[in-house]
Amino acid sequence: MSDVIRRDPRAERIARNRLHPLHQSLVGAATEQRGPTGLLRKDPRAGYFMGPNGLRRIDRSGASHPGAATRVQRGTGGGVSTEPTLPLHQVENPDNFIVCVLDMVGGRLTSHDKDVLGQAHILAKSSAQTTAVTAVVFGDHREEALDKAGVDRLIHFENSDANHYQGYCPEQKLAALQSVESQLAPGHWLFPDSIHGGADLGCRLAARIGERPANHAWQVDSENTICRGGSDRIDIKRQTPRILLLAEECAMPIDETRHEVLALDVEHLVTPDQHIQDLGAVDVDPSQIPLAEAEFILSAGNGVKDWDQFHDVASTLGATEGASRVAVDDGFMPRFRQVGATGIWVTARVYVAVGISGAIQHLQGIGQCEKVVAINTDPGCDMVKRADLTVIGKSQDILAELLRLYKERQSGVSDDSATLSDKTESDESVEDQNKEARRVA
Amino acid sequence: MLPDANSSNTPVSSGLKVAALVSVGQHPKSGRPRRADQDARAVEMGIRLCGEHLSLVHAGPEGKGDIREQALRQYLGMGIKGLTILHQQEGSDALPALASHFKDQGADIILAGMRAESGEASGMLPYLLADRLGWPIVSSVADIISINENDAEILQALPRGQRRKLRVSVPFVATVDQAAQIPRQIAFGPSQRGHLKGQESIDEIDQVKSDWEETPARKRPKRLNIKKAKSAADRFKAATAKPQGEGGKIMKDESSQEKAQAILDLLVSEGIVK
Ligand SMILES: Cc1cc2nc3c(=O)[nH]c(=O)nc-3n(C[C@H](O)[C@H](O)[C@H](O)COP(=O)(O)OP(=O)(O)OC[C@H]3O[C@@H](n4cnc5c(N)ncnc54)[C@H](O)[C@@H]3O)c2cc1C
Repeated sequence: MSDVIRRDPRAERIARNRLHPLHQSLVGAATEQRGPTGLLRKDPRAGYFMGPNGLRRIDRSGASHPGAATRVQRGTGGGVSTEPTLPLHQVENPDNFIVCVLDMVGGRLTSHDKDVLGQAHILAKSSAQTTAVTAVVFGDHREEALDKAGVDRLIHFENSDANHYQGYCPEQKLAALQSVESQLAPGHWLFPDSIHGGADLGCRLAARIGERPANHAWQVDSENTICRGGSDRIDIKRQTPRILLLAEECAMPIDETRHEVLALDVEHLVTPDQHIQDLGAVDVDPSQIPLAEAEFILSAGNGVKDWDQFHDVASTLGATEGASRVAVDDGFMPRFRQVGATGIWVTARVYVAVGISGAIQHLQGIGQCEKVVAINTDPGCDMVKRADLTVIGKSQDILAELLRLYKERQSGVSDDSATLSDKTESDESVEDQNKEARRVA
Repeated sequence: MLPDANSSNTPVSSGLKVAALVSVGQHPKSGRPRRADQDARAVEMGIRLCGEHLSLVHAGPEGKGDIREQALRQYLGMGIKGLTILHQQEGSDALPALASHFKDQGADIILAGMRAESGEASGMLPYLLADRLGWPIVSSVADIISINENDAEILQALPRGQRRKLRVSVPFVATVDQAAQIPRQIAFGPSQRGHLKGQESIDEIDQVKSDWEETPARKRPKRLNIKKAKSAADRFKAATAKPQGEGGKIMKDESSQEKAQAILDLLVSEGIVK
């Protein structure tokens, strides 16, 4: 493994020859090139971007850096990684552990998990002993960036015949945590105070080992903890206990170091008595889901002309219905379906706005939505600026077509049609992922 | 008295002893004592299970004729004849009193709210009680579907309005939150006629709590999206960068079918359509 930068004569030859078929891919808008003496030369005219006031600005970040292609670091397996490698934070022979039990929704770290790990490192730094931040993960997970989130040690309770961590199994998980408690005797236990199971598990552990936890803690140091009391009306300042249930944004996540993620083996010492059995998810009628919580909303505005069709599409696709104020005022939709400043602030992952112009009062209500799709006849309206995907056209036509395609898809007719032939494979992989996500969750 | 208590589809189980833990809540803005919302939902669930046989238990100071008593009477206004108060001083630990009460009296199901509306509101009490009694506990229960002597089928609320079915052995403790049925209205007459049964009980002062400092809640600072930059070039870039994601893909001249297909593809890739 050498970090010596070597010349690649072939690449240099291609870079000199403008007629070579590979010339563009090597040179492109190269801003930096090795000059004939081996010095780095910058071409200030090649790499620029337009600044905010219309002036050309030289891009000094090196992000567009195709010249790098002619200098290959041999021995590292070819390609040069553009991502800077963060310094590795190592903990050797730790004599204290701070254990974070992570939610891992869908097998991935949530932002809440990252905050908890950040808090763990704050506590670890102020501790007198060598402290390792240890994460506990149950079942399968798909997270690759555990090192960048600040995990020094990882206790991974994998699914086995004896112990299964799928679905809702708090007793099983509690038994595992009790084993950790008796073998590591961690200095602190940190849980995300979340509805994804963190709060539940934290309370169970605290009750079982007889520690008084700090719930809803939002400002924590090694001495004192501030917790939010009932109805969010009081703050309670107290000594930092061993078990902490941390609120969201309690600390900044780790972003400047990498960590080792060394596996720690913990034996199961406790066999749980199983009183609770998970019988699986139940299909929920989407129209019963509260609008503020719904994941997928089909929302109607003044541009919806065929209301029967709209309701039909919503129920077929399994969407929760929303509406703009005009649709509500005109009596087509009930008041509790109104989205916006004077209605409900929604958090949907996918929000489809059918015939909604995107008045600011409406856009406020969908500020937290991830993906917005607009169906509108007017390409200049404000909803188009917010939307990730806009289709211009009459809502009736597009909804009808959508309904038809969806039904075809569900009955499997379209699978061999030409337009879809390349889609099916990716669909399947997405489906697999979803299945996995559901299993993990 | 309770016309619709038995009309819900939960099977009535007259032989089962159901108890609900109730506390004095407070209005989130004015702070005035009232029935706690989640506790009231627990009472509602209990009434649906066994009508007026539901027993209500509260541990706290006696407070005759004061505003706390009026708040507790609101639970009686939901159609229950009596409420047991385990007498304690202000600032005592409710757990020993409740645990000994249920060890003496016995119960099959204990319902409670997830979190109190005043004080520490840690939500620990149901967990500690379940641990003392050696019973299982299920959190955020939306509904109890069916129940017999050995086990019950329960609908548990998950984020985003989803539900999960669980089977849990009887006896058990269940906590309810916003996902459960909204509580019925309070009738003033029954609430005043109802009987508050005082009872002496264990009175242990919560020593740890007396060292805590309580202040009105401070506003939590919002996290700003600060870009950390190592070099001047990075800072410059962060300062001059245009806001990302302005406008998405626009489809104008394609056929309706292609447009609809694009929407469907998006739904599929987001995992909405399976
Ligand atoms: C104090 C105040 C509070 C308000 N609060 C809210 C609120 O909470 N929520 C809210 O939604 N509004 C609110 N409004 C109203 C808001 O300002 C807008 O009037 C409203 O959102 C517009 O609704 P719309 O987009 O459905 O109707 P329009 O503005 O009429 O838009 C209809 C859109 O449909 C398109 N269209 C027409 N025909 C078709 C077709 N056949 N196919 C496809 N598209 C078509 C049109 O091009 C247009 O873009 C509030 C207003 C005030 C003053």
